[in-house]
Amino acid sequence: MRHATLKKLLVCAPLALLLTGCSANWGWYVVDPSTPSGLSNLKFMASGAYNTILMSLTAILISVVVGLMVALPGLSERRALKSFNRVYVEIVRSVPILVLILWVYYGLPTLSGITLNVFWAGVLALALSDSAFQAEIFRAGIQSIGKGQYEAAQSISLSYRDTMRYVILPQAIRRILPALGNQLVYMLKMSSLVSVIGMQELTRKANELVVTEYRPLEIYTILVLEYLVLILLVSSGVRWLERKMQASEN
Amino acid sequence: MSETNGTPLISIRNVSKFFGEFQALKNVSLDIGAGERTVICGPSGSGKSTLIRCINRLEKHEKGQIIVDGVTLSDAPETLEKIRSSVGMVFQQFNLFPHLSVLDNLTLGPRRVYGLSVKDANARAMKYLERVRIPDQAHKFPRHLSGGQQQRVAIARSLCMEPRILLFDEPTSALDPEMISEVLDVMTELAVSGMTMIVVTHEMGFARRVADRMVFMDQGEIVETAPPEAFFTAPESRRCKEFLNQILNH
Repeated sequence: MRHATLKKLLVCAPLALLLTGCSANWGWYVVDPSTPSGLSNLKFMASGAYNTILMSLTAILISVVVGLMVALPGLSERRALKSFNRVYVEIVRSVPILVLILWVYYGLPTLSGITLNVFWAGVLALALSDSAFQAEIFRAGIQSIGKGQYEAAQSISLSYRDTMRYVILPQAIRRILPALGNQLVYMLKMSSLVSVIGMQELTRKANELVVTEYRPLEIYTILVLEYLVLILLVSSGVRWLERKMQASEN
Repeated sequence: MSETNGTPLISIRNVSKFFGEFQALKNVSLDIGAGERTVICGPSGSGKSTLIRCINRLEKHEKGQIIVDGVTLSDAPETLEKIRSSVGMVFQQFNLFPHLSVLDNLTLGPRRVYGLSVKDANARAMKYLERVRIPDQAHKFPRHLSGGQQQRVAIARSLCMEPRILLFDEPTSALDPEMISEVLDVMTELAVSGMTMIVVTHEMGFARRVADRMVFMDQGEIVETAPPEAFFTAPESRRCKEFLNQILNH
């Protein structure tokens, strides 16, 4: 009974929204591709996609590498290495991404004399923040591989490096692939925060258009759809990779 | 029997090993000559697995000395490399690398440790797969093989490192009864070919056929050492008699 009401509400609410959209409250003309100005507005908005994608991909690549390098000491038996892992993860994880972006862009130049452009400041902040989570994901993945695999590798005299590279990581990565996909989705969304330091990505473009067109509802709705499409593409890409990796074992 | 000719290949002297408070090995001494086939038996928890795991240093002993092929075991990385390439090990749970094909399981060690080319490593792998009589399974993945086939692959993987000594840690205990003999047959052939073998097993028929010497362990100590005929017909100690009664009369 209650379940049915909830369902009704879930279906009706967006419908009502759409219906009111037909009234004068909506002004879809700003993004109507059949008019020249609407089309150019749409193109303007879509042009941010390149930076959003480039920034997210660069950041995730860096964070995966850094995350792995932080995860490995965490698995060591030596206390010093282990505490390096804990300290890194706890500190980096506790800084909000937006704060980190502001700190890297405005703070770091004063501290170090190194001035990063908006793109690299954004990438660095995103990657740094994500690396703590990647480290935890890798640690969990590597820990899920049984002791017997290490012993077998040792019994054929493989070095630590080769054991990781050829035996442990290929199995661990297969297991954490869904989690890595999650992080990529998260990264795409969080990259919108880099708009605050002036990065010309999807969110920044939308903001700029809102300022000139005064149509936040329509423009931000398009922005939502842009992220939705991007993330659906990424999700299906990750699924494809998972299937492919499973198939390669058959 | 053959430990008399010159220095032994493996020399274990007064070795003790603790797991926390529990003493797994109590002052164990044992010499094993080149080409000798030793079968270690005893009730579970008697320290037999621990003893052979100390020989290739999967476990570290705390007291005493283990000399393998002229190398005294210590924490030094060079010694570890040396003994691990001269000592192979076959595990109860096979511990094959599930993400690699049978062929890749076999060639990983020779390629990474000995620097063999793909072609040479493949040739070597096929040679040993023929020896364990499953050359036609080379391109399958471990999980597509039966338990007996997997264990034979594991034996071939050890042989590919061309070790001087092979350790077997209850190699048939995880197998269905109908698969035990195919593994024991391969092991018997190895014994006939002159490989130095130390086998922890409850397969007393195999022990009788193949062993030069029986070692009976209980509660972390070597209780009795004897040639198989004497061991099975006239065991000296009470504990050994009880054990043989339990294992043979069921």
